[in-house]
Amino acid sequence: MAAEPVLAVDDLRVTIATRRGPARVVNGVSWAVAPGETLAVVGESGSGKSVSVLSLLGLVPRPPATVTGRATFQGQDLVALPEEALRKVRGPGIAMVFQDPMTSLNPVLTVGRQLTEGMEVHLGLDRRAATERAAELLDLVGIPSPRERLASYPHHLSGGMRQRVMIAVALSCEPAVLIADEATTALDVTIQAQIVELIAELQRELGMAVVWITHDLGVVAGIADRVAVMYAGRIVEEGAVDDLYADPRHPYTRGLLASLPVLGDRARGGEGRHPADLAVIPGLPPDPVHLPPGCPFHPRCPVRADERCATEEPPLRPVPGARGPAPHRVATFYDLPPEDRR
Amino acid sequence: MTALDDTPAGPAEAGQVAAPDEAVGARGLLRALLRNRLAAAALVVLAIFVVVAVLGERLAPYGRNEVSSADKLRAPSLEHPFGTDQLGRDVLSRVLIGAEPSLRVGLVAVGIALVAGVVLGLVAGYYRGLVDDVVMRCMDVLFAFPAILLAIAVMAIRGRGATNAMIAIGVVYTPIFARVTRASVLTVREQVFVRAARSIGAGDLRIMTRHVLPNVAAPIIVQTSISLAFAILAEAALSFIGLGTQPPEPSWGRMLADGRGFIQDAWWMAVFPGLAIFAVVLSFNVTGDALRDALDPRQRSAIESAAGRG
Amino acid sequence: MTAPARTPADAPPAPGEVLLRAEGLAVHFPQRGGPPVRAVDGVDLEVRRGETLGLVGESGCGKSTLGLALLRLVEPTAGRIELDGTDVTALGRRELRGLRRRVAMVFQDPYASLDPRQTIGRIVAEPLEVHGLAPGRAARRARVDELLAMVGLDPSFRDRRPHELSGGQRQRVGVARALAGEPELIVCDEPISSLDVSIQAQVLNLLVRLQRELGLTYLFVAHDLAAVQHVSDRVAVMYLGRIVEVGDTARVTGDPAHPYTRALLSAVPVPDPPAERVRRRIVLSGDVPSPAAPPSGCRFRTRCPDAFEPCPHVDPALADLGGGHRAACHLHGVVGTPVDEAGAALLDDPA
Repeated sequence: MAAEPVLAVDDLRVTIATRRGPARVVNGVSWAVAPGETLAVVGESGSGKSVSVLSLLGLVPRPPATVTGRATFQGQDLVALPEEALRKVRGPGIAMVFQDPMTSLNPVLTVGRQLTEGMEVHLGLDRRAATERAAELLDLVGIPSPRERLASYPHHLSGGMRQRVMIAVALSCEPAVLIADEATTALDVTIQAQIVELIAELQRELGMAVVWITHDLGVVAGIADRVAVMYAGRIVEEGAVDDLYADPRHPYTRGLLASLPVLGDRARGGEGRHPADLAVIPGLPPDPVHLPPGCPFHPRCPVRADERCATEEPPLRPVPGARGPAPHRVATFYDLPPEDRR
Repeated sequence: MTALDDTPAGPAEAGQVAAPDEAVGARGLLRALLRNRLAAAALVVLAIFVVVAVLGERLAPYGRNEVSSADKLRAPSLEHPFGTDQLGRDVLSRVLIGAEPSLRVGLVAVGIALVAGVVLGLVAGYYRGLVDDVVMRCMDVLFAFPAILLAIAVMAIRGRGATNAMIAIGVVYTPIFARVTRASVLTVREQVFVRAARSIGAGDLRIMTRHVLPNVAAPIIVQTSISLAFAILAEAALSFIGLGTQPPEPSWGRMLADGRGFIQDAWWMAVFPGLAIFAVVLSFNVTGDALRDALDPRQRSAIESAAGRG
Repeated sequence: MTAPARTPADAPPAPGEVLLRAEGLAVHFPQRGGPPVRAVDGVDLEVRRGETLGLVGESGCGKSTLGLALLRLVEPTAGRIELDGTDVTALGRRELRGLRRRVAMVFQDPYASLDPRQTIGRIVAEPLEVHGLAPGRAARRARVDELLAMVGLDPSFRDRRPHELSGGQRQRVGVARALAGEPELIVCDEPISSLDVSIQAQVLNLLVRLQRELGLTYLFVAHDLAAVQHVSDRVAVMYLGRIVEVGDTARVTGDPAHPYTRALLSAVPVPDPPAERVRRRIVLSGDVPSPAAPPSGCRFRTRCPDAFEPCPHVDPALADLGGGHRAACHLHGVVGTPVDEAGAALLDDPA
């Protein structure tokens, strides 16, 4: 895990101009991911988790967005790269799998064509070689009778199959980094399990770095090496997955984990035969046009143990006792008492 | 689109970020129209048109049929800014007075088409099946005729005159409203909120009037504006061929027809009523287009982001 | 807070009394140029007064269609639905209105299910108008405020429109509308799946509180097993238009009897990294077959890790495993309807 990062993001900020004023969607996000490593960026809608990653690849239109900061990939700064150069990075360098495979695949092109196109452009393969490779890829992602499938159109395929095709398209140019943006959210749990397993397997084989953007804390537990929890455009807590789940140190992370009904520990025991209430984070996430001063979570925070919470932004700092080059870090002014969830 | 799912404009959990202009209130709509300079100009022209139509007679310097045989075919002058016609009538006065029948025929004709077309389209789109087939095939038949030919046929049965012109034009435009309404109803009836209304026990009539109709209003409003332009044009055409407003009542179409014979000697007789028709029809069309943009939030944001780029 | 429902909280309903019973229920959708889609295909189901019955399954299994059929929002092709002993499938137009007062629905997407042109006040008042409840402006307004308060919304929301609300608030409005007719049963169709994680818990807590206060009965349709387990007294598992397992929540989630239930449970990720790493996951191969052409015999057999000889030949019946726990699987004895001669010979009890 101490390997050189393949993609390092430093102080990324994204502001989107809206009619009501600038929306500060991403506010100083830094992370790094090494080959073979899986980083999960976790957050609710509006947390900036998708925009922070999409903006790296120039997939957030500028304007209305402005992007600042650095994103170092193979010695280049993606934020400063012009569109033509970025296009060469997308695909062979960094590939993406989106939530909705139906809208990400072109409905009027065959599966085969969508696979071969990138390979011809980026890898310089001829039509025959690309087709050969396309069939191999479909086989790799577990699509039965891959050769026949090359002639299919996206609407011929089921949701799970389409997502597999998307992954095959993403892998076709042998990317160094795979970004999965809510890649399994639209899928059923049994299909989700298949896809998660598939990506993990391919990662072992190909040594890619994977950035997994999701709201699902359950999925993250099974696949991530490291986790970054985002709230209102900031990382509020990050660390190795075991540390973070075993002893979450930010009130938001704690609230999120406590609010999940968990299979297995059935909490009947409210009044009579009714289930006990789940822990709840009151209120709503802030409007990115009107971010509160201080810690963005402080208006909803049950702790607020420091008077600076309402006035200063708490910086990310290692939690007491954390060690190593990438320690468990939290953005609070105070230390919550340890909470052993195990 | 995925790129922006996370942005404040997206359907995010944070409700307070919902754009306030999503609600198309009348005032918001007017503001959106006035932001478009062309549409603002069109609205000014239409406002003048309505004022003239209402006040017509009182604004005109001369009476509608005031004849001065000494002043036949006079070119525009200070006394007669638009000149006079072959009978010595003041063209300006007749253009001003002729606004009223144009507007009246346009409004009533489109009103007929609007009511009939919306009811038919609503019923056809909502119930689908046999009702839909029967209604829409009838509309197709009506639609297949060239509009003016159909109007002439109606007038051949009912006789000439302004009232029959209104009915004829109304019949001609009914299928357009029926189609526009039905197409929108077909998408709205599949919306979950319609099912939700049914789930609480609401009946068909209630669902149609309270839930479906308000949600299909936007394209109907746009169609109304564009149809007004065509109806005014159709009235002029019918009057031009002598089927609409009858002489000696002034009507732009009629005046155009009269002026045709004198186009070599007295261009003003045809040009001024022609310009009036042109200005009003163009203004209704421009307004219709602007309404379409203002009522379609997707298009609107596209325009705005394009503007933001420039 | 007042509890205006007809089943007040202080008189807990007799447990076990059946409020709604479906027998042999089927909903087939005709398809152009093909066999009909058998979305629901022979479902027997009981919902008891005062309980929450969870109905889980993956997309396309027919769980939502089943919920809609209970309100006759889609027409059943075959079978009976009894509400308090009355056959719902035979109701005329007028009686249908009464049914939709006694059974209400909360929809998945709270934005799509609220008319964007109406104010929250009008949306919540609509059931009152339709059923002639709280007649008069003042009474209606008071009742709307009361309903909004019950779901935790301030009366000032009355004049807002859906787009001004957050997802969680919209779903509260959906719940308030469902409560307006004082229903006995509420069909909750994926009520939290389009909400953010931190908001889901709020809505689940609300539903549980309302049940406690008003003595409501829920059919909770969802694909999220963890949420279903949290709120449900009993769970029914659906696959390809059939119920494959049903029983007390603890039994079904703790000791699943059907291989599909086991696979489903094993696929649900748990927010506990060490446990996730050692968990043995039953990864099902392939996709769900088309509901227009379900496999013969047991519908799960094409993906089942335990499929054996009788599975293609005998359509398994829901067999009682004791304590109301029932599963349709030949692993617990070959019972059911043979689909061919080979099947008839394989039956455990060829009576």
